[in-house]
Amino acid sequence: MADYKMHLLVCGGTGCNASDSEQIRDNLLTEVEKHDLNDEVQVVMTGCFGFCEKGPIVKILPDNTFYVQVKPEDASTIVEEHLIKGRKVERLLYKDPENNEPISDSKHMEFYKKQVRIALRNCGFINPENIDEYIARDGYAALAKCLGERTPQQVIDEIKLSGQRGRGGGGFPTGLKWEITSKSVADQKYVVCNADEGDPGAFMDRSILEGDPHSVIEAMAICGYCTGSTKGLVYIRAEYPLAIQRLKTAIKQAREYGLLGDEIFGTPFSFDITLRYGAGAFVCGEETALIHSMEGLRGEPTFKPPFPSESGYLGKPTTVNNVETLASIPVIINKGAAFFNSIGTAKSKGTKVFALAGKINNVGLIEVPMGTTLREVIFDIGGGIKGGKKFKAVQTGGPSGGCLTNSFLDTPIDYDNLISAGSMMGSGGMIVMDEDDCMVSIAKFYLEFTLDESCGKCTPCRIGNKRLFEILDKITKGLGTEEDLSRLRSLCKVIKDTSLCGLGQTSPNPILSTLDNFYDEYLAHVKEHKCPAGQCKSLVKYTINHDKCTGCTLCFRNCPVGAIAGEKRAPHTIDNSICIKCGVCYDKCKFDAISVS
Amino acid sequence: MNKIKSLDDLRQLREGMQAKIKLRESGNNSENIVRIKVAMSTCGIASGAKEIMNFLMDELEQKAIEAVVSQTGCMGYCYAEPTIEVTVPGREPIVFGDVDKFRAAEIIEKYIIHNELVDGILPVNYRSIDN
Ligand SMILES: Cc1cc2nc3c(=O)[nH]c(=O)nc-3n(C[C@H](O)[C@H](O)[C@H](O)COP(=O)(O)O)c2cc1C
Ligand code: SF4
Ligand code: SF4
Ligand code: SF4
Ligand code: FES
Ligand code: FES
Repeated sequence: MADYKMHLLVCGGTGCNASDSEQIRDNLLTEVEKHDLNDEVQVVMTGCFGFCEKGPIVKILPDNTFYVQVKPEDASTIVEEHLIKGRKVERLLYKDPENNEPISDSKHMEFYKKQVRIALRNCGFINPENIDEYIARDGYAALAKCLGERTPQQVIDEIKLSGQRGRGGGGFPTGLKWEITSKSVADQKYVVCNADEGDPGAFMDRSILEGDPHSVIEAMAICGYCTGSTKGLVYIRAEYPLAIQRLKTAIKQAREYGLLGDEIFGTPFSFDITLRYGAGAFVCGEETALIHSMEGLRGEPTFKPPFPSESGYLGKPTTVNNVETLASIPVIINKGAAFFNSIGTAKSKGTKVFALAGKINNVGLIEVPMGTTLREVIFDIGGGIKGGKKFKAVQTGGPSGGCLTNSFLDTPIDYDNLISAGSMMGSGGMIVMDEDDCMVSIAKFYLEFTLDESCGKCTPCRIGNKRLFEILDKITKGLGTEEDLSRLRSLCKVIKDTSLCGLGQTSPNPILSTLDNFYDEYLAHVKEHKCPAGQCKSLVKYTINHDKCTGCTLCFRNCPVGAIAGEKRAPHTIDNSICIKCGVCYDKCKFDAISVS
Repeated sequence: MNKIKSLDDLRQLREGMQAKIKLRESGNNSENIVRIKVAMSTCGIASGAKEIMNFLMDELEQKAIEAVVSQTGCMGYCYAEPTIEVTVPGREPIVFGDVDKFRAAEIIEKYIIHNELVDGILPVNYRSIDN
């Protein structure tokens, strides 16, 4: 049996040019064999290191050497220099981006890793159903510290100092929110955790609740202590059964330990939490609608002010916070405001969790410091675009956000930058689009979502969005005109300005941002009646190239509506008045004779 | 369960747990066992994490390898579900992605028993806040 002394890890992630890294592995294997090192050195392929832009990567264990941009022909140098002579190959080492010094040991590369896990610190580490594992990782220490050593105002000041802003989308300063509730006078106050998470493609909050429910429970208790509330409510959608079950288990365990209930840690402070289930309406994530839903009323927003911090659940002062906002609180208390404040940009501190989805290689949950660029997120952590296609846009902020293009790739992500770029942070869904996506259809997709989710209480949102959708639908069918584009714009503005709640006020954003960034694509739809991405079915046309067609009849036999005609062994033709653009013929033809335009 | 009535109670419990974990990780005690964590969030379970967890338990038992298999939350590698983290006493924890039954068997046979690596390791691509 081999007893390996060294391991060569070759990155086989899709982001690193797959063919290259396989060639590198093969070359390394050949070299290892050539030098008779088979029994001492093992070569294996790994997943992505999160440094794809510097790929292909080769890492060597146990000395943790991190080679970047390795070429297949470097294999012999690595084996001869590093493995045999024990000298690191300097030119392949990762260089400190600041001073260009090579870094020889990846243990010192910690600092260069793009992700920092604060809200996700325990996800994937601890067993979420075992409170002891949470406690072993400093769980409930922050609550103990607050109750034992700090006044509520001192804790609030710490949170204010940290610069923490709400992760539910609005970005409201968390410390300030708590202070407002704490100053409101009432016989009962409430802490509400917003776990509604309704954006399509978002699953940050679900993952936190499933992976680390105690962090949210602990933070709610801290919030209760600061604001003078004894009751906590978690509003969670019933479609999250696993998160609900883990939360329930966690609450039960916390009660058994006396970490929820009366006189916590032997102090006069008492706090307990109950769950409230939502039916999964997007608008119920809006805090006033959420509160009404919990009160047993229709989930419809009401005008603010009064803000929930002054008059919320049952008319009592209520602090509403998002799951991720809460999950970071214990870290702020344990490590201090200065630690949190040192991460991020001038006005956005700390880290943000994103759910990366769409046409990207490494679909997943990531957490990056505020100020990370979209490029780093998409091309390093995300591993780049699937199938080597071209990046077209990235959608942030869900149905309230916008699509950002190439020119924004180097913009540092924070609340303010995203807004000035015409999108928003939102709760953290990030959907990547490639050259095959039609931006008009994307805008239409979000509008359709909004249309379904609008509560109907106010006219601009209920009827305005319907009209917007109709215009978009018309454009994707090739029936739009240039006036429609200006009508879209003016209607968008009216809806933004006059809707009652955040849903209507932001629903035109997907249209406005695509109009701004992809006007040409809209023009192509209305002027030339063409869909450049080939997505709008009504606008594509299938034609048979008579030079290539062999008359094999395959398309003729497969067309579901009999739109194709032609004699055996003679060129076929498509009758476009019958064709329903199903694309079957295109897929079937073995001679590449059918083209789409 | 005893109630935690003071900061000291919490500290004691924490230190007790941490000591246990340390012993487990340094691997030089009677509790010399392999630890496997299976990512069991909604997406993990949807891609078959439960079956893999059962499979691992059965296989380890059959091979008489002393091990604790437990669940954990999302590790963030949704593109490589099911994912598991394996800690063999005395070695650094390693995360494996795309673990189907074939790969699970390979991990036990090659990595756990023979200390060989197998393809499909997911490198840690983030900084943690522990110190
Ligand atoms: C239409 C709409 C949907 C919303 N959905 C959510 C949601 O799913 N989760 C959430 O935390 N906040 C959501 N919000 C924001 C909440 O109204 C509120 O600002 C937030 O929960 C406050 O918590 P934070 O300060 O911690 O971000 C939504 C807002 C609007 C207008
Ligand atoms: S803007 Fe839309 S969702 Fe909000 S209150 Fe008006 S109709 Fe309802
Ligand atoms: S399948 Fe292609 S080659 Fe065959 S008849 Fe149709 S177009 Fe011509
Ligand atoms: S696209 Fe579909 S309907 Fe049109 S010609 Fe081809 S097979 Fe027939
Ligand atoms: S670093 Fe190799 S695929 Fe990402
Ligand atoms: S939820 Fe499965 S890895 Fe994220």
